[in-house]
Amino acid sequence: MSANLSAFFYLISGILFILALRGLSSPETSRQGNYFGIAGMAISIIVTFLSVGIFGSGFIYVLLFLVIGGSIGAFIAFKIPMTAMPELVAGFHSLVGLAAVFVAISAFLKPEAFDLGIVGDIKLASLIEMSLGAAIGAITFSGSIIAFLKLRGIMSGAPITFKGQHIINLFLGLAIIFLIYYLCLSQSSNIFWSIVLISFIVGVLLIIPIGGADMPVVISMLNSYSGWAAAGIGFTLENTALIITGALVGSSGAILSYIMCKGMNRSFFNVILGGWGAADQALGKNNKEQKPVKSGNADDAAFLMKNASSVIIVPGYGMAVAQAQHALREMVDALKKNGVKVSYAIHPVAGRMPGHMNVLLAEANVPYDEVFELEEINNDFANCDVAYVIGANDVTNPVAKSDPQSPIYGMPVLDVEKSKSVLFVKRSLSPGYAGIDNDLFYRDNTLMLFADAKKMTEEIVKSL
Amino acid sequence: MEIDPFIFRLSIFILSIFVGYYVVWSVTPSLHTPLMSVTNAISSVIIVGAIIAALAGSSQNIFETSNIFGFLAILLAAVNIFGGFLVTQRMLQMYKKKKK
Repeated sequence: MSANLSAFFYLISGILFILALRGLSSPETSRQGNYFGIAGMAISIIVTFLSVGIFGSGFIYVLLFLVIGGSIGAFIAFKIPMTAMPELVAGFHSLVGLAAVFVAISAFLKPEAFDLGIVGDIKLASLIEMSLGAAIGAITFSGSIIAFLKLRGIMSGAPITFKGQHIINLFLGLAIIFLIYYLCLSQSSNIFWSIVLISFIVGVLLIIPIGGADMPVVISMLNSYSGWAAAGIGFTLENTALIITGALVGSSGAILSYIMCKGMNRSFFNVILGGWGAADQALGKNNKEQKPVKSGNADDAAFLMKNASSVIIVPGYGMAVAQAQHALREMVDALKKNGVKVSYAIHPVAGRMPGHMNVLLAEANVPYDEVFELEEINNDFANCDVAYVIGANDVTNPVAKSDPQSPIYGMPVLDVEKSKSVLFVKRSLSPGYAGIDNDLFYRDNTLMLFADAKKMTEEIVKSL
Repeated sequence: MEIDPFIFRLSIFILSIFVGYYVVWSVTPSLHTPLMSVTNAISSVIIVGAIIAALAGSSQNIFETSNIFGFLAILLAAVNIFGGFLVTQRMLQMYKKKKK
């Protein structure tokens, strides 16, 4: 196939990928969007085969690897529980990152296959592009591995900080830039390998100081990086589909990071530089004094909700941990039978990745038109009888509105305290991720339900 | 003077960032998780480079170092492509409207 014709097909792939993202503007069009994405991918792969035009033994091996990889991917996709989505996405990002590194290495070792010159005399622009692609890919890979380990619980979610951390990161970042410059002068393969190695280290150092609840930002950021890595390789290969896709994915991840940061009222750098959870946890504990708390049991909760006319459910990460979404759905069904109006309120940073709660509720067959975002529903708390907080904490803390001294001051929160009564399911009075006491626990209209989220919800279902 | 083809690619890149910006802002927040998994799947179009790398060189010796990196990249990208699209599909199937 001629280079011009294949370039045209790559452009079509790129457009199909744009349509795939466009489809996600509403659940109805989203499934069709996904088919556009699959079609774009199929076109890209077939066109590549045709333009390489070698159908010898190598081609068989390519198909073999494609089938093996595909089967592994398909197996994972069908088996993975929805609660494990954050770590799955982190894991997938690491694969994209590593694939980018491998392609860049391959291009460096055999530039003539990609029309980039010959070994020792690679075109200057290509050299810069491939080393940038490799560096960002390597950072994406090792960073995503750390994120995966933290989300999976293999590694502690607590931030790991040490003295001089930021200076070391800065130094390593500058070292990469210097080495790329030096690579362009010398074309030395040792320099190229050093760039890859240092980038792997940077990826690890970049993610370890970031705490568990900041993972939504981290995952979005790594999503963005994987896009920029792909774009870097796209420039090296002079491939339109890759350039377009890299730009789309890069900006998508960047926007999600921005939305997540805004949801916490923190700047991107504040999150990336880490250490929020660590520094303030001690402070929260010291200030703790004994304040009266009202606690109740499942029967009290069932009674309150049965006699309510409207209930708003506020789910958080705790719901995902306890796998309580199905029990929650049963509870809501029982309430609806009693004529109670029920809706769900989702904070942008609830859970461990953007949209995490929505997926879990969808899995439990909650219709998406009963689920609302913060801005849509926040005014409704004032007219609501019962707010049922399950597994959320910091995102409901009224301190964010009243106390300028508080580390979460200014963060948009759900106005849960405005509802007539609040049912707060939690195992203990311990503070949430931000390490600050939730003022809501001590309000007169709050009834604490001390139990595991799933068990408590199941008991409420029974007494309904 | 002729324009370097790099400038054209750069233009495509920058315009795509803008397209991405507007398209992604229009994605409904409830679909942000599928957005992440699908962007992950499409970024695996890097498999294009992997295939070229794997098939590079003479057809007699397809297992030179550079080819092996190509094959490994194909493996990784394939996991992502199938895993990414299928898990997205699985998630999107779950989003249902209220039955009336």
